[in-house]
Amino acid sequence: MIPELGHFALALACVLAFAQAFVGIWGAHRRDARLIAATPGLAVGQLLALAAAAGCLVYSAVTNDFSVANIAENSAIAKPLLYKITGTWGNHEGSILLWGLILGICGGAVSLFGRNLPSGLRARVLGVLGGTSAGFLLFALTTSDAFARLWPAPPDGAGMNPLLQDPGLAFHPPILYTGYVGFAVPFAFAVAALLEGRIDAAWGRWVRPWALTSWAFLTCGIALGSWWAYYELGWGGYWFWDPVENASLMPWLTGTALVHSAIVVEKRESLKIWTVLLAIGTFSLSLSGTFLVRSGILNSVHAFANDPARGIFILSLLGLVIGGSLLLFALRAPTLASGGIFAPLSREGALVLNNILLCSICAVVIMGTMYPPFADLLLGQKISVGAPFFNATVFPLAIPTFAVMAMGPLLPWKRARLGPVLAHAWWAGLIAVIVAGICAIGMKIVTALAFGVAAWLILGSFAEVVERTLLFRAPVATSFRRARGLPTAVLGAAIAHAGMGVTIAGIAGVSLSQSKIVALAPGGQTQLGPYHFTLLDLRDAPGPNYQARIADIAITRNGVPFDTVHPERRSFPKAQQTTSDVTIETNFLRDLYVVLGEERDGQAVLRFHINPLAPWIWLGALIMAAGGMLSLADRRLRIGAPSRARNAAAALPA
Amino acid sequence: MTRKHRRLLIVLACGAGLSTATALALGAFRSTIVFFMTPADIAEQHPPVGRTIRLGGMVEAGSLRRTTEDGQPVATFKVTDGRDAIDVSYTGILPDLFREGQGVVAMGELRPDHVFVADEVLAKHDEKYMPKDVAEALKKRGYWRHGQESQPVDLSAAPTETSAR
Repeated sequence: MIPELGHFALALACVLAFAQAFVGIWGAHRRDARLIAATPGLAVGQLLALAAAAGCLVYSAVTNDFSVANIAENSAIAKPLLYKITGTWGNHEGSILLWGLILGICGGAVSLFGRNLPSGLRARVLGVLGGTSAGFLLFALTTSDAFARLWPAPPDGAGMNPLLQDPGLAFHPPILYTGYVGFAVPFAFAVAALLEGRIDAAWGRWVRPWALTSWAFLTCGIALGSWWAYYELGWGGYWFWDPVENASLMPWLTGTALVHSAIVVEKRESLKIWTVLLAIGTFSLSLSGTFLVRSGILNSVHAFANDPARGIFILSLLGLVIGGSLLLFALRAPTLASGGIFAPLSREGALVLNNILLCSICAVVIMGTMYPPFADLLLGQKISVGAPFFNATVFPLAIPTFAVMAMGPLLPWKRARLGPVLAHAWWAGLIAVIVAGICAIGMKIVTALAFGVAAWLILGSFAEVVERTLLFRAPVATSFRRARGLPTAVLGAAIAHAGMGVTIAGIAGVSLSQSKIVALAPGGQTQLGPYHFTLLDLRDAPGPNYQARIADIAITRNGVPFDTVHPERRSFPKAQQTTSDVTIETNFLRDLYVVLGEERDGQAVLRFHINPLAPWIWLGALIMAAGGMLSLADRRLRIGAPSRARNAAAALPA
Repeated sequence: MTRKHRRLLIVLACGAGLSTATALALGAFRSTIVFFMTPADIAEQHPPVGRTIRLGGMVEAGSLRRTTEDGQPVATFKVTDGRDAIDVSYTGILPDLFREGQGVVAMGELRPDHVFVADEVLAKHDEKYMPKDVAEALKKRGYWRHGQESQPVDLSAAPTETSAR
């Protein structure tokens, strides 16, 4: 009964989405006030129907209803409750439902928070969102029915891939998908603007919060996925330039460009056409990301839900959404008037450079990711492109990006001179050069350069804050008062840029990692760096749905007892799989990473890593996302919010 | 600076960005692309020593030997495609589903003495599964026996691949 209700709710949502698309776009076109007024209600209705559908699936999973094929294939009685709930989106059908639900949430959010938007624009935005949603829900209903029944129902389910039974991965899909799908809103705004044939500064101000929120979620989602790969896969690495990882990186790069170019639209009414194109491109890449993962075109480490048959549907959907919006762009973009003029050396100029560099990085990532499957398809060549390719192409483009990143916010709008900027930021540059110089002794040049860049970014990002608050030059009280008056967007940008610096420092640190593989019998000892490891014991322990083999390892540092760690190896009888449960002992400056491998002749193979600064990689991503969120809290972005900071903001050139 | 100049400048900057990206990508493609080969391919094409290759085939039954060098576990085994076989040496922890007589993909390079030194060994995380590239290459080499019901190329249920690095 419950699964049928869920299926019905899903079908209802699909119908409401079609209605929303038609009513929104047609109503706005005919300027029919009644139709326009009906659109938000439809969007909220769609959201409620989708929430009901998702609720039914979760209910069926929690109550072990194995007559539902999806749950019989992916769940089991012995599975912990958390993974019964999160497992509903850990498979293809469920993840498509989750995708639809998040798209529904976006539509509902535009309906509820977008009351200050002109009603015509809002109806068009909701219409475009409804159309996209309708396509996806139709896909869910026709090819990936999460509620399909199974007869006879098995007494127990087949269980879930043990690698996915992990808290980090449980919340990775919703966060990542919120990032992916969130870019549907800027996309809908872009298409709506093309339909209306008008873009102004207000459009930029409305788009930016949505783009920024999606960007922050995507940043967190990517970081969480990378963190999972680091501690769960047990290779000691955190980013493998795997096609699925690249699929999330591509919209992140263009999304970052979008967040920045929308500022130019808002402040200077320039780069409007480009921003529209970026909004379309970012969502297209998000969709392609789903497509790459779900269709089996790119088989990879993470692709656990491949099915080429579904690819055709997704491919058609992609063609319709991307092709349609690009066609509309080609027809309408020339009618959009271009705006303010600026000198190459200016804030706008720096943002344009940022966009060019980010899009170039995205272009090489696309080439590296797409070339192998196409070479296979067209030339019959079996090739693969790995980390060496991406290291050789991304780093030369990333270094200038980082160099400009810290400088950009210091430049004034319209026209700038280098002199004053250097006067503000020379100390950051000097410290960065010193850091790079010190690191160059005994490290590879690239690593030293990366540390220098990290220092430059972290310090340079705060150069503007220091400058604006007159820190170190005025009395502390004055600085504090000025800091409170500072628009949160300025602070947010500085924090986000500094977060990137922290991530780069982490990446550079891990490149200095040391590792060692040894086979030890209980009582055996080994040394790595200043740490001394003694294997005390190997023992068995039962888990809820697995058997664990645990190694007890004592660590001493320079002879002083330091810690005892217990890496595990878990075998899941149901899935006939073994996973390594790594232990990571961290002090935020370095990770001690211990993996228990196979055993033979009474000896266990153990792998030890010392990963300097590893936690900084994800910490930096969190800081970046926090900066984005802080910037979102800026009163200037909240239309109609009483502007406490207006006087302070007016006193400072924004 | 007129509007026209500004536009020209932006177009030039975009062109520079894109052409740098293309040049970097093409340059890197030449030196970093990794080809997939079976032992017979290696015997025919003689790839240069030190070039990174993805070697695919079956682990020859009874060929796996584990030793310890400098306290580090070393596994040596033969990878075969039915026509030729090649010795592979790998230092580290083999993936959990590495088995003799099953498909494997190893990433690494040839040593001058024709031993393939792998720095990464991949095995699919499912007993039934054979890596797609390996299955196709073996079919082409005629090594695929139709009786091997236990090794269908079931891509619809492609499981997670694990690897050891």
